[in-house]
Amino acid sequence: MARPDVREAAEHPLEPTAAGRADLEAVSHRIRHHIVDMCATPEGGHLGGSMSAADILAVLYFSVLRVDPARPHHPDRDIFLLSKGHAAIALYATLAERGFLPVAELGGFGTRRGRLMGHPVTAVPGVELPTGSLGHGLSLGIGFAMAARWAGSRRRTFVLLGDGELQEGSCWEAVMAGAGHGVDNLVAIVDRNGLQLAGETDQVCPAGPPAERWRAFGWEVREVDGHDHAAVSDALARTPWVPGRPSVVIAHTVKGRGLPFLAGKPAGHYVTLSEENRQRAHRILDIGARRGGRA
Amino acid sequence: MNRPVATRTAYRDHLIQLMRTDPRVVCVDTDTGLFAGADFGPAAERYLNLGIAEQNAMGVAAGLAASGWRPYVNTMAAFAASRAVESVKIDIAYNGLPVCVVATHGGVAAGHLGPTHHALEDLAVMRTLPNMTVLVPGDAAATVSLLEQVRHRSGPAYVRLGRKATQPLPRTDGEPVVGELQQMRSGDDVVIVATGPLPTLRSLAAADALHHHEDIHVSVVQAHTLKPFDPAALLHTVLTARLVVTVEEHWRTGGLGSTVAEVLADACGPPLVRLGFPDGFGHTPGTQEQLLDAVGLTAAGIADHIRRALRTDRRRTTV
Repeated sequence: MARPDVREAAEHPLEPTAAGRADLEAVSHRIRHHIVDMCATPEGGHLGGSMSAADILAVLYFSVLRVDPARPHHPDRDIFLLSKGHAAIALYATLAERGFLPVAELGGFGTRRGRLMGHPVTAVPGVELPTGSLGHGLSLGIGFAMAARWAGSRRRTFVLLGDGELQEGSCWEAVMAGAGHGVDNLVAIVDRNGLQLAGETDQVCPAGPPAERWRAFGWEVREVDGHDHAAVSDALARTPWVPGRPSVVIAHTVKGRGLPFLAGKPAGHYVTLSEENRQRAHRILDIGARRGGRA
Repeated sequence: MNRPVATRTAYRDHLIQLMRTDPRVVCVDTDTGLFAGADFGPAAERYLNLGIAEQNAMGVAAGLAASGWRPYVNTMAAFAASRAVESVKIDIAYNGLPVCVVATHGGVAAGHLGPTHHALEDLAVMRTLPNMTVLVPGDAAATVSLLEQVRHRSGPAYVRLGRKATQPLPRTDGEPVVGELQQMRSGDDVVIVATGPLPTLRSLAAADALHHHEDIHVSVVQAHTLKPFDPAALLHTVLTARLVVTVEEHWRTGGLGSTVAEVLADACGPPLVRLGFPDGFGHTPGTQEQLLDAVGLTAAGIADHIRRALRTDRRRTTV
């Protein structure tokens, strides 16, 4: 079998950083600060779903993914796809914290000064493929995962989906294919914050508990508190949990997590923060951090 | 190769061989029945039948291509170019990935199944996508030749194929070349630009009839490539002609006729008549040939259009 995407991998093994729990709290905190700042740019940003995903992204990039900011295209890297591309600012913030791009570049989000568009674009180091038209990421992930299988690579592929995104039928085409073809080097994570633009996901499009649905399609399912770094890290540390079956983590989260005046509210889905509210948000995040991260 | 062979059969045989000889090649199928895993012998592992799920197939193919593989997505034109087009656009075209979307049952090749299975918009859709190469092989031999050229190009391609066997086109001096127009027949008065097996065959027959009965000299140019399209070559061919006619198995909007119209509009070229399917859905079943007949895409129908257009060629008569 040919290995077209694996070269020199053996000489340059990749390992995740071994961030401790305190470090992860600090990283998440900084990611949230960056998110707030990007939502204070002229066009604003998707604050709610970015804040809900911040802890998951911190865990992925600082304790799970085998990636190297100096070699973003390393042939044996793990693949991460932000299928819920609306949370691009959370990804940019995480990539900046991990060293894929300068933190200062985040200030150019959504402006002609930078390359950071409202949904992930491949011009940004670390972004594998553009996403954000919802319902694409898991199919792409299957492609990456099958490629790794055929190449004999130990690469894993992680896809972060939104629970609202699961209303797209194409997600379920991919869910069926992932289980049907036994793609066990593929891990899905559902950011289950329960909200979408217009309201509660269970009211906009009632579909029942996502864990039961994924299980019914043949995936191995675990449910965790998506803001508990240790729990997320434990769930993602060693996959597959069952050989021959893909894994999905249902991560229960709070939309707008960290900012009580927006948390759990549909109004926090997309915001343009005034300078006053930007500063207020920073103060609140800092107070929350001193109290142990609870919002 | 003088016997009638379907372009999809030629593709099928070609891909089976390709899978065995090119280790980068992957076949992503959508339960079309054209392939079975066993066809690929030792390469069967790289045959993925993903079921009736065209959007997923495009996304999976993009993920594979981004990892260095060369996927061929096997589906029907009606589903590739409408059902799954957002996945083609965002996952494949946006990223310029080398995925070959091979779409069988193009045009009304699935005529008897009705408009759900007709693809009369696919060329319009695909040619608007940046990075996309859009091909309509004229016969089985051209299918193999064009697919082989695509394999050595970067970027995505859409290849529109048929269903049943069609007659091979007359041999020309050279092989079809991606991005070039293929001169099938020469004449000074009128230029027909045709795409697809039956439109090209019928255009050639119309040109013969006009030449023999009325001494009207007609060129027939085959546009097996709609994108990239060569405006300079088209203008070189048509600028001294009295009339240009496009013939395609596609709605009159957005396909070859529109492509040629855009070129002629930029250059103030000769008058243009666009022949294709009118704006509407068919209401009667029939074979591919019968449905083409029903909208006047016959040799006689094409010839009649040319006669009428020449009679009303006001620009010519005022010179």
